[in-house]
Amino acid sequence: MTLTHTAPTERPAAGRQQSRRRRAAAGRREQRAGLTMAAPALILLLLFLVVPVLLAFGLSFTNARLISPNPPRFVGLDNFVRAFTADPTFLRSTLNTFVFAAVIVPVQAGLGLALAVLVNQKIRGVTAFRVIFFVPVVTSIVVVSILWKFMYQDDGLINSFINTVTFGAWQGTAWLNNPSTALGAIIVLSIWQAVGFHMLIWLSGLQTIPEELYEAARMDGASPWQQFTNVTWPGLRSTMVFVLVTITIAALGLFVQVDVMTQGGPVNSTTTLVYHAVRKGYREQETGYGATISLIFFVIVLVIALIQRRLTRDED
Amino acid sequence: MSTDLRGEKQLRRRRRIWTYTAMTALAAFFLFPLVFMFVSSLKPDGQILSDVSSLRAFLPVGDISLDNYAGVFDRVPVARFLFNSVLVTVLVVGLGLVVNSMAGFALSRLRWRGRGLVLALVIATLIVPFETIAVPMVYWVSQLPTLVWEDGLLKYDFGWLNSYHVQIVPFIANAFSIFLFTQYFSTIPKSLDEAARIDGAGWFTIYRRIIVPLAGPAFATVAILTFLPAWNQYLWPLMVVQQEELRPVMVGMQYFFQLNTAWGEVMAYTSLITLPVLVVFLSFQRAFVSSVAASGVKG
Repeated sequence: MTLTHTAPTERPAAGRQQSRRRRAAAGRREQRAGLTMAAPALILLLLFLVVPVLLAFGLSFTNARLISPNPPRFVGLDNFVRAFTADPTFLRSTLNTFVFAAVIVPVQAGLGLALAVLVNQKIRGVTAFRVIFFVPVVTSIVVVSILWKFMYQDDGLINSFINTVTFGAWQGTAWLNNPSTALGAIIVLSIWQAVGFHMLIWLSGLQTIPEELYEAARMDGASPWQQFTNVTWPGLRSTMVFVLVTITIAALGLFVQVDVMTQGGPVNSTTTLVYHAVRKGYREQETGYGATISLIFFVIVLVIALIQRRLTRDED
Repeated sequence: MSTDLRGEKQLRRRRRIWTYTAMTALAAFFLFPLVFMFVSSLKPDGQILSDVSSLRAFLPVGDISLDNYAGVFDRVPVARFLFNSVLVTVLVVGLGLVVNSMAGFALSRLRWRGRGLVLALVIATLIVPFETIAVPMVYWVSQLPTLVWEDGLLKYDFGWLNSYHVQIVPFIANAFSIFLFTQYFSTIPKSLDEAARIDGAGWFTIYRRIIVPLAGPAFATVAILTFLPAWNQYLWPLMVVQQEELRPVMVGMQYFFQLNTAWGEVMAYTSLITLPVLVVFLSFQRAFVSSVAASGVKG
């Protein structure tokens, strides 16, 4: 556009028109190229993300079954009423999911930060420790669940360790068979597996804080703890939002550990929303009801993520 | 003055000793289950259980052999499971790199109508966890049309269940990968495109010859971040694949685990599918670490 203005006026009108036409053609080409190159990804996202989300909405108001000769029938709010009034396992699943998240989010975020501070020091061999702390993250959660299931057994490694450090005072318990310890046992292994990931996220946040700020603080005689509260923590705000949101979403989606280790038991003490959705919507083939549970799960995730974002933003 | 310095030096040394002690204890905490797994995979069942009560649980001592591994190969088609997982992972990661980087290119460097809307949509979908759509998606893919080769004829059928493509196609496009590519590409100077266009290059050529070669780190990051979930897929193949020949390693392991309580063999199986990933991780650990860091930078 600027070109037309600066073009010499004595230029023949035909030439100007030609160049304008050429530019319009280039614009059309750009439009076409943009659409074409984005299209494969967009079509796939549409088919395997947008449509399933819409289906979750649509199916929750039907009695659809995975394999059924009859087409789905509209049943209004029946599925939602059933979930909140006639399905104690659903309520228990919701409670367990919240308990799991309420413990995991602060503990894992806090431990991750502590680890990050520890490995952020400039001392020899620190990279090796970073790698070691990260190793469980690259280990499949299915493998981790099987392995810990073995260690949690009555005669397993965990009991024998506690027995040793208490000089034989510990009787031992089958952690996963006891309704009061099963969820806690799953919490421990979940943190063990995932905390290295958030250590690295915190670490990258820590490394954006300029060294001069610490030098200045030291000059003013700040103790390590004062340096942390006055320099480190304020510099980590945006990292914190990311860490909290990602841990929360992952925690609310708890499934694999439960499926491999306890199948929701004993007496529903470890059943979760996603586990219940899969049990109903897939194993018992009640797609409509499974979609309802998925939808409720989605709304919970959405609300919590938005609240976290709002809360942490307001502090600025 | 000198005593002051000495005091400070001593303080620093004490702090360093404390740091190393803490880090070593933590390293033990993070490694012990894996050491236990590898060591146990070499022992007969009876010995695994009797070794649990001592440090021998972490040492490859006693009756050491590869019998458990042989047992796994005898009992289940684990080589087939490994092949399936490698195939699915390579295609999800590879096709994902192409499809998502092209979308990132279009979103970051081209001006076209609808771009803003699409970008907003891509960012909005970042918040949707796969678990929310898993159940409706099983229903959805069970209705999708497919072509089957039957008795020398190409036939039209419904249902994607029990196939390779049902494990691959839904995971090629990835909103987060598109987002990372878009961000990285927008840091490359636009003047490069303009120069190339004056030389008559088309948009696809610019993408292929200029942007892709300059975006190595972005490709590495996306490859690493999509590799792990693809290899570790569990919930989805559990629901959509019933045929044993099509199972990936994780689902195959869960079935093996359910029908077998011989812990030595179970540990051999878990070791077998953990080792390749550990080797990849340790050889590219620097790239892994910076990829994870990159995934958090945007906040």
